[in-house]
Order: sequence, then C-alpha cells, then structure tokens
Amino acid sequence: MTIELSALYIFMLAAFTGYEIISRVPVLLHTPLMSGSNFVHGIVVVGAMIALLGAETFMQQLIGFIAVAMAAGNAAGGYVVTERTLEMFNKSKGDK
Amino acid sequence: MYINLCYFITAIVFIIGLKKMSSPKTAANGIRWAGAAMILATLVTFFPGALHSVSQDSRFANYVLVVLALGVGGGLAWVSGKKVKTTDLPQMIALYNGLGGGAAAAIAAVELMRYNSMVSSIGNQAQEAQSQLGDKLLASVDKVSGAVQQITNGSQQVIESAVNQVTDKFYADNGTAITLAVVGALIGTVAFSGSIIAWAKLDGRMKKSIEIPSRNLVNLALFAAIILFGIVVIKSCSLFALFLFFVLTLVFGVLVTVPIGGADMPVIISLFNALTGLAVAFEGLVIGNAAMMIAGTVVGSAGTLLTQLMAKAMNRSLANVLFSGFGNSESGAVAEETEGSMKEIDAEDVGVMMAYAEQVVIVPGYGMAVAQAQHKIWELSKMLIEKGVKVKFAIHPVAGRMPGHMNVLLAEAGVPYDVIYDMEDINADFNKTQVALVIGANDVVNPSARTDTTSEIYGMPILDVDNADNVIVIKRGRGKGFSGIENPLFFADNTRMLFGDGQKMAEELIQALKEL
Repeated sequence: MTIELSALYIFMLAAFTGYEIISRVPVLLHTPLMSGSNFVHGIVVVGAMIALLGAETFMQQLIGFIAVAMAAGNAAGGYVVTERTLEMFNKSKGDK
Repeated sequence: MYINLCYFITAIVFIIGLKKMSSPKTAANGIRWAGAAMILATLVTFFPGALHSVSQDSRFANYVLVVLALGVGGGLAWVSGKKVKTTDLPQMIALYNGLGGGAAAAIAAVELMRYNSMVSSIGNQAQEAQSQLGDKLLASVDKVSGAVQQITNGSQQVIESAVNQVTDKFYADNGTAITLAVVGALIGTVAFSGSIIAWAKLDGRMKKSIEIPSRNLVNLALFAAIILFGIVVIKSCSLFALFLFFVLTLVFGVLVTVPIGGADMPVIISLFNALTGLAVAFEGLVIGNAAMMIAGTVVGSAGTLLTQLMAKAMNRSLANVLFSGFGNSESGAVAEETEGSMKEIDAEDVGVMMAYAEQVVIVPGYGMAVAQAQHKIWELSKMLIEKGVKVKFAIHPVAGRMPGHMNVLLAEAGVPYDVIYDMEDINADFNKTQVALVIGANDVVNPSARTDTTSEIYGMPILDVDNADNVIVIKRGRGKGFSGIENPLFFADNTRMLFGDGQKMAEELIQALKEL
C-alpha cells in the first residue's frame, strides 16, 4: 500500500470520527467543544518544532521560531480557555 | 519507533478527550487528558528520532530557539487566557485559532524552502562534480588538451541529462508532499489572517463591516492568482512565487472576513477553526506526523459539522454567509415600514408583572454579554423563584458571537443548566408564559423571520417570544441593532420596552422586586 493511500485511509477514518464525536454534543457545550478542538489543533506545535529543529538557514530559523511561538500560543491559550469555561459549568452545577 | 507510538497515543487520547466533552460531567476530565497528551507529544519531539528524514543534522542553537519560542508563545497565551473576561472569550478563541493556522502556514513555508534548497543543490552538485572531473582530467592528461576538451564537452551533456533526470525524480518523489504543503499553506494562511480580522472585529478594534465594491469579483480574481502562484511553487519550488503566494493569500483571508457582520460570527469562528484543523492535517502529512494528521482531520470534520449547525440555525448556507453581505443592503430595512410605536414601561411595573406571573422566560442575547448583566439577571431570577415563579432561560443556537456563547455566560453566573432550554424545547412553552424578558437579543426573536418573505432573515428559526402574554424588551436604544433589520416585535401590542443598559435595568428590576 502506498503512503498516499494509507494517508487517505487515515483522513477518511479521522473525518468520520470527528463527525461522530460532535454530532452528540449538546448545544450547552458548544463553546467548550469549539475551544477544546481549538486546543487539539494546537498539536501543530509538534510540526513547528520539527521544522525549527531541522532549520538550516537563518530564514528557516526565523520562520520556524515564529511557527513554534504561534503554535505554543494556540495550544496554551486553547487549553486555558477551555478549562476555564468547563470550570464555570461545574460551578453552576454545584450551586443547585 | 517509541516516538511514533507516543504520537499515536496522543492522537487517541485527543479523540477520547473530545468524546468526554459531550457530557458536562466528564468534560473537565476530557480537556485534562488532552492536555497531558499534548505535553507528551511536545516532550517526545525533543528526541532526535522525531525529526523527519529530510533534515538530518539539528543544530544546538535550534534547540535553544525551540525552548525559547515555546516559553514566549505559550507563556503569553497562558497569561492572556487566564485574564480574559468571559464576554471576551469569542475573540480570544478566534485569536488562538489564528495562531494555529499561522503556525501551519509557517511550517509549510519552512518545508517549501527546504525543498527549494534541495532542488537548487541538485544542479550545484552536478556542476561541482563536472569541474572536479575536468580538473582531474586536465592534470593527468594536459598534453592532449584537445581530447580533454572533447571529453568535458561531452560530459556537459551527460551531466545536463543527469541533472534533469535527478530533478524529475525529485519532483516524482516529492511532488505530492510539495502539493500538500502548498494546499495546507493556503488553508492555514486564510485561517490566520481571517481569524485575526475576526478577533479585531469582536474586540471592537474594527468597528464597521467595510463594504468592498464588487468584492466577489475581486476575491475571485485574487483566488485565481493564488492558485496560479501555487502551481508555480509546486512546479518549480520558486521562492519568489512562494512569497507572492503567501502575500496574496493573507490579503484574501482579510478580504473574505472584513465584510462579515457580528451576527455571523458564530459561523465564521467555527469555520476558521475547522480550516486550521485541516491545514494542520495537511502539514502533518507533509512532515509524516500521525498525531497532526489525525488530530487535524478530527478537528476539521468536527468543525465543519459545527459550522453547518450554526449556518442551519440561521437558515442560511455557508456560501451565503461568506459571499453576501448580511444586513448591509438597504433594501430590507426600507422595504417595510413597521406600523405602530414602541411602548415604554418602567422597571417597577415589570417587577410587579413578573412577581405575579406563573412562568417567566428570559431570552438573553449578545447585549447581555456586552452589559455583563448575567450575574444580575440570575440574582433577579433567584428572587422570582423564591416567590414561586417558574423561571426558564431560552437560548437560540446563534445567540451571541460564538456557538454556545450564552450558555457560558449563564454558567459563569451560576445558572444551573436544567433551567436553560434550547430553542426546540422552549418554543411550545411561550404561550403558557406570562412574561418573556428579552435582554439584548434582537434578530433571534424577530417574528418577521416567520411571516415576512421579503425579510433578509425570512426562514430563520426564531424563539417565538411574541406568543407570550407579555414581552418585555431590555434594550439600550431605539436603534435597529447589529444587523440593521427592523424588528416588528418591538412594536407589537403585547410588547413593552425597557430602555437602558442591561445591567442597570436588571438592578432596577431587583430593587422593584425588593420593594414589593
């Protein structure tokens, strides 16, 4: 099996998984779900690190640095916001 | 091997984490799991084995830079995320999302630059080999220079054809990866500049929805140029074309987002979220990283579904949101003169009305977020509940500026979620409701969406507050609100207007109840 074909399989299965996960989420949790998935694509930090670690020229280092900083911002910010939102939901449950 | 296993585990845990977010009980746990997986993936990447085949030697300086960038980017985002007020959440999510898209695009840039240097080194190496060969031949057989000339001339052709062969093989081997990198760069860059504009708009840094003359035509031309430069990059790895490609794509993202109004923000934010996920998946494929591929695709498809849900809640297609200015055209507002006048009421009367009602339904909108009135509103509701009034909250799917925005605000104020109702569950309840209190909502309660076929929002599902015995609307002024669409609800016989800031009015209502 070629790499392209197996990648296609991954895409298809992952797309289906994503669709299945969200189709059962209540409206109540739309914001944490969105910011949670926002956090999950923060995994781009791994790719940015690989790009920067392999950088050979100054230009590649510069762009790689920006990539890692932005990706880390995505991951850290996404996490904090999601956690804070979910804490609010927990708090409101406790008030009853 | 172990490193790839770790990436695989990360992807699985992400999926489990997102799955846990489908219930309020397990959601907090879900994000912590995902957070731990992210840390694992980040740590593992420091090991040399994580580098993909293209880059062999990683310099020490690069490690220092990685740690520095992680600290700066992560630290700033962490602090800003802790400080941000709940009303400002939509723009922060847009901003973090934009960063992710930008990072994906930047990865593509680095990778494509690497491919460029690989291609140009093919020719250089061949030249070097040829001149070395020539030198050697000259040194050993300098007596028969004519023959040497012939040999090197001959070898010139041989080398040229060899270079061509190697270059062809390079593109045959890497063509797919280069194409994927370019497509990912396109998507990521649009998500980046688009999200930044969305952030600026939500944060009030960019006030108006700017109309660009014949923008669909401009955008189309721009997109065609982007595709053209993209193809040049794919065919030749030209750095110049790559630069132009990025500049045009940045502009494209800006132009697409600039005319989009606040009411459409829930759709646009979740769309850009999905796009970033997709861009991450593409770059994951380029780098050969399974975690990025799987996580990116999951987010991409989940985000696409959420975008569709949002668009459906407004009875509009995604294309309609993107390509037609909403509430910007004059026709809708002028076409119909609403009859009657707005009838004002004061807080004391509303207090009495609510205190003796059986059921009160509160309909919050973006205006409540702006006024930060959610705490006061819940305080008011608790007083009503003590008096034996049944209080319910009704939330429209696109109320506010992001999916689920109102739910977050009410949760922050401590409203238990069993008194919060979705549109489908509450609509039949309005005719058993004595008082519907609308605070800072407008289009989502506009009855012309049901009746007026000429209205821009005709067909959009709305909360049927006009079926309640009395409708009280808390509103800052007499204006038409964000979309600029006339709302006949405000002129209806059973509607009374309470003009003023949401928080101040809620406070006055609380006072009125206390004095009873």
